[in-house]
Amino acid sequence: MALLGKKFKLLEVFDQATNGQYQLLPSRFAALDDGRYLLSNEVGEYLVVTRPDLESFIRKQVPANTDFYHDLKSKHFLFDDDSNVALDLLALKYRTKAQRISQFTALHIFVISLRCDYTCQYCQVSRQTDDKHAFDMSEETANKALDLVFKSPSPAIKIEFQGGEPLLNFALIQYVVNEANRRNEKHQKDLQFVITTNLSLLNQEVLEFCQAHDIHLSTSLDGPENLHNTNRPRPGKNGYQLTVNGIKKAQSFLGHNKIGALMTTTEKSLPHVKSIIDTYLENNLDCIFLRPLSPYGFAIKNQQAHKYDVDRWFEFYKEGLDYVLEINRQGYQFVELYTQLIINKLLSPFSEGYVDLQSPTGAAISAIVYNYDGDVYASDEARMLAEMGNKKFRLGNVHTDDYEGIWLSDTLLDTLECSLSESIPMCNDCGFLPYCGTDPVYHYATQGDVVGHKALSGFCNKNMKIFKHIIHLLEDDPEARKILLTWVRT
Amino acid sequence: MIKLHSKGNQPLSVVQHQKPFIAKVTTNCELPFGLRAKHALMMPVADCIPDGFGLVLLGHDEPCQTPVNTLRLAPELRYIKDHDVIKFYPDIAKIDVLFRKEANTNSFLVTERCNSFCLMCSQPPKDIDDHYLVDDMLAALPLIHPDTHEIGITGGETTLVGDDFIRLIQAAKNHLPNTALHILSNGRNFKNLDLAVQVSKVKHPDVMIGIPLYADYSQLHDFIVQADDAFDDTIRGILNLKRCKVPVEIRVVIHQQNYHRLSRLAEFLVRNLLFVDHVALMGLELMGFAKSNLDGLWIDPYSYKNELKEAVETLTRHHIRTSIYNTPLCLIDESIRQYSVCSISDWKNDYLDICEGCSMKNSKCGGFFSSNLRKVSDHLHVI
Ligand code: SF4
Ligand code: SF4
Repeated sequence: MALLGKKFKLLEVFDQATNGQYQLLPSRFAALDDGRYLLSNEVGEYLVVTRPDLESFIRKQVPANTDFYHDLKSKHFLFDDDSNVALDLLALKYRTKAQRISQFTALHIFVISLRCDYTCQYCQVSRQTDDKHAFDMSEETANKALDLVFKSPSPAIKIEFQGGEPLLNFALIQYVVNEANRRNEKHQKDLQFVITTNLSLLNQEVLEFCQAHDIHLSTSLDGPENLHNTNRPRPGKNGYQLTVNGIKKAQSFLGHNKIGALMTTTEKSLPHVKSIIDTYLENNLDCIFLRPLSPYGFAIKNQQAHKYDVDRWFEFYKEGLDYVLEINRQGYQFVELYTQLIINKLLSPFSEGYVDLQSPTGAAISAIVYNYDGDVYASDEARMLAEMGNKKFRLGNVHTDDYEGIWLSDTLLDTLECSLSESIPMCNDCGFLPYCGTDPVYHYATQGDVVGHKALSGFCNKNMKIFKHIIHLLEDDPEARKILLTWVRT
Repeated sequence: MIKLHSKGNQPLSVVQHQKPFIAKVTTNCELPFGLRAKHALMMPVADCIPDGFGLVLLGHDEPCQTPVNTLRLAPELRYIKDHDVIKFYPDIAKIDVLFRKEANTNSFLVTERCNSFCLMCSQPPKDIDDHYLVDDMLAALPLIHPDTHEIGITGGETTLVGDDFIRLIQAAKNHLPNTALHILSNGRNFKNLDLAVQVSKVKHPDVMIGIPLYADYSQLHDFIVQADDAFDDTIRGILNLKRCKVPVEIRVVIHQQNYHRLSRLAEFLVRNLLFVDHVALMGLELMGFAKSNLDGLWIDPYSYKNELKEAVETLTRHHIRTSIYNTPLCLIDESIRQYSVCSISDWKNDYLDICEGCSMKNSKCGGFFSSNLRKVSDHLHVI
């Protein structure tokens, strides 16, 4: 290179690698569409490549000194004799991704009461009854559960109050919040509270308590009035109004970011994704989670889960995401949460705490459920299954088992062992593995087996479609990419 | 451009110093007698010269009566002010300005030796015994005004001064506990964890080690720094420093050889070194080797506008503190101009005729290295 002074040596002089002699680092691939593949490594870095490029990479025929070679090297798909620091970096990244496992159980769900003022057809757990004692959690049970909460290594602890309708047993919520705060003086955890409520019973007393203790609210909003009231029937047929009024009250009293809403998708929701999203916009909510219908509880009994299949749901999701992107294009930041989760999984070196997309499963690692009667479940879905009569994922009871007994129970350890994507047939060869998870409870509920056959799995089918779609948007739609990148949070 | 060294000083009386004399400058003729011997008295205008000062510097050309150790300053050094620190070489009447109270940055060169040989090095390495540089800094530190915002240590490769490296950091902490310390190093020697541990043990309250990384893969980085294994050593060095919780800044000089990998490098940083404390993306300074390798290095910053934008977006999206240095503001995409920092030391920055009337001149735009004026972008325009 005559461009440099005589004292300087050429690039080749510093290249200690031999063409064609690179070594492959662990990676997987998956077909994206007719011509392209996703190539991902163990820590979730990825490249979108053509078939010939993929083949030449694997056959070690990528010529050094091409951008493709450098991309493969920089993203740790290969290393050569010129450098081996890739191994240190990969190890570090793997540790970073896996760190969540050592800091387990951040989310503790307290099922405060199974009683509910709604009669939702898809609800898996609620009970209509006036007998408080039969289905409310007691102080004694709550205390035992708190003993377990503070044994978790996780530096951040979130206690979520669920039901039924937890506000029907508000006194116990107050008790748990005060007691947890008192105990936390010693433990010094980053402690947060969430109440998952339909807001019917949201009154001034509740609001003031939430304000005083910085408690978040999470509610259900299924869409426009008609749809919401059909999905979530309430004697009096005023569920939608009560919810919307509650959201407004909470937003103005507690602050905008202190209340979020979740939707459940039913067959009736499928044609209405835009008006569902509009309902969220009307109510000043800045994100939505387009959820598939879960296959548990009454939903399975009602055959709801089978009434529409994953393909139909995916159309619903895609249409919804298109609309969300359009909203963003108009200058209004509005986020679809599942997409955001995947975007972060694709682009961030950290792992995301979402229970269903983890390997090993987030059950008991990310979240644990204390039922009203003291039974402990590995996840919310496990509890729903139990309410249907199948207690397969019951880990113990706060009154009879101690922390070690529950977290080291065979039920949990077996489940965790069966939930490593890396050792599950199909997953272990799948390019989407770093972004995916296993959801043993789902596979057990639908296939009678915690591992499940992924070719028949709605979970796999759904996620694969979503991964492909999001990667397609990132790669081929610069405008969508720009918006999606603003959803990254570190 | 301000001159920091001059031999054009004229002794007007007997010079009693046998060895180089490092002293703080004062303009106070009334300084208590006990303090005078260690001060250099600066006299901007003709006046009666008091006795007892270690050195007297005349900043004027009037004739006057002269006690011992009196010099007439070279005209280019007459800006010297209170609290500046100078070094006087009695044999050649040379003065180095080691510290200027008014400067936006004060850096101490502690060695010219280096274990790399970067294509664009602005301070080409010399394999000489220059240990006096460390001694100068150690002598100057106690004289520096304690309110000083930041001082720098540069080389050469600063860690090559051996044990003195830690002594310098310790001395900076002892004498200037409220002053930030910015150290430039190629990071390679920190591949020995021990050195990183020693740095962290000093517990300097505000130290930052600036380490260059020029590419996202080894061959290119090693070529640019002209040293085998430099990429691996530097990455391991950065990891070790961060393991010891020592703040690290990544410095990327952008030029013809690496601009096309800039956005990939940003992705590499986000994925692998997200924990660094600052990333500086820097335009080329046409000094030293950069001048002799001009044809292989020069690129109009306008031609990497998009790469720069993408890199800044990637880094900031993941909350890495990011700055753009040494780049005319009019060549930076508007959406990322907020990350541009006027970084060129005040004694070497300049503007062009074309900048006349630009609202950014002397404010948000740092302009040019004086050394760069002869090679500039074709795309400059007033804003
Ligand atoms: S569940 Fe399906 S998409 Fe997910 S890793 Fe397994 S095979 Fe891949
Ligand atoms: S015209 Fe000159 S002063 Fe203005 S932004 Fe460009 S380089 Fe800076």
